[in-house]
Amino acid sequence: MAQVTTGERKSIFSLFNFIALIVLGVGVYLTYLRFTGGLASVTNLSDYNPWGIWISFDLLCGVALAAGGYVTSSAVYLFGMKQYHSAVRPAILTGFLGYALVFLAINYDVGRPWRLPYPLVVQQGTTSVLFEVGLCVATYLTVLFIEFSPAAMEWLGLKRARNIPIYFFVTSIVAGLSMVIFESTLSHRFFAYKMDETHLKEASGVTLGFGKAASYVLAGYFAIKVLGISAENHWHYLKTGYGTWYLVELLGFVALPSLLYAFGVRTKSLTLIKFTSVLAILGVILNRFNISLVAFNWQLPAGERYFPHWMEIGISVFIVMIGLLLYRFIATRMPILYEHPDYKDAH
Amino acid sequence: MDPIFYTLQDFMTHTESVTYLLVIATLIGMTVFWWFLTGKDKD
Repeated sequence: MAQVTTGERKSIFSLFNFIALIVLGVGVYLTYLRFTGGLASVTNLSDYNPWGIWISFDLLCGVALAAGGYVTSSAVYLFGMKQYHSAVRPAILTGFLGYALVFLAINYDVGRPWRLPYPLVVQQGTTSVLFEVGLCVATYLTVLFIEFSPAAMEWLGLKRARNIPIYFFVTSIVAGLSMVIFESTLSHRFFAYKMDETHLKEASGVTLGFGKAASYVLAGYFAIKVLGISAENHWHYLKTGYGTWYLVELLGFVALPSLLYAFGVRTKSLTLIKFTSVLAILGVILNRFNISLVAFNWQLPAGERYFPHWMEIGISVFIVMIGLLLYRFIATRMPILYEHPDYKDAH
Repeated sequence: MDPIFYTLQDFMTHTESVTYLLVIATLIGMTVFWWFLTGKDKD
């Protein structure tokens, strides 16, 4: 900290900077040779030896460097080892730079680097293993960039923008939000007497926060679904009967709950959010049914289509009832909806 | 109405173009929706 505040600056004429200048100068010249004369002008690579030091050192060692980024951030954020928090940023910076430099090195190593975006934009080389590798590198580089961006945002004074990756992180972990809202609604109706003050006090905040996240996740899901239709060019299916049913699911049980959640959050209407959670859960159920029953074997004649026997339904209801009874048994006995007095603040 | 494709290249060029326009629209739309969703937090 002291080094930052003193503002003391060393002279730029140091031995290290002198060496760095030479390395950069030679590097720029070699880059010029590489991109004007091709690979043969600067490498000993051949058809027998297509992998050289750029792969061994720049790529493989560079990727290994990046491991520090995900190891440290997993330790701190996934496994809760907060004592290593101060190590996260340096590790992510190292990982980000490691990966970014791997990408830079690849531009030298592949014959025609300007074709690197081709698999993503022009044509999908889905039969190529390297397409998968390229996709992974691009994705992880994006993730590292997002992970690293808070430091850059803080440095640039962009306070609000700085929070975006955290929101992304939160929305990505909360997928079963509607169920939690719904379950909490039922618990409040039937087990309110079991709840301690903290639980009751935090309940509306949980509903609002989870509703907000659910709204955004649903909006993202809607976008992915539309992009899925577009990527396969399946627009014409929407005009068919099944397409109409698909639209019912997409508009009525994805877009609508997303908007209703959003209105509920904006107006702080817990009733609307709780109602929407039921709609969203029905939407998930409808989606699973559409995939595994309604659209499955759709081409069979009507007489051959499946409808469950009442005993199948009976078993399903039986299993749900076991779940409800177990929940009631546990919630009325164990410290689920309140903190055990002997273990306050232990979590 | 629906365009006719003679080659895979034609097909990919068409669908990828439409998809990438939608991706841009999605990125903008999701940002605007986020503002809408969090708009009243400041009150």
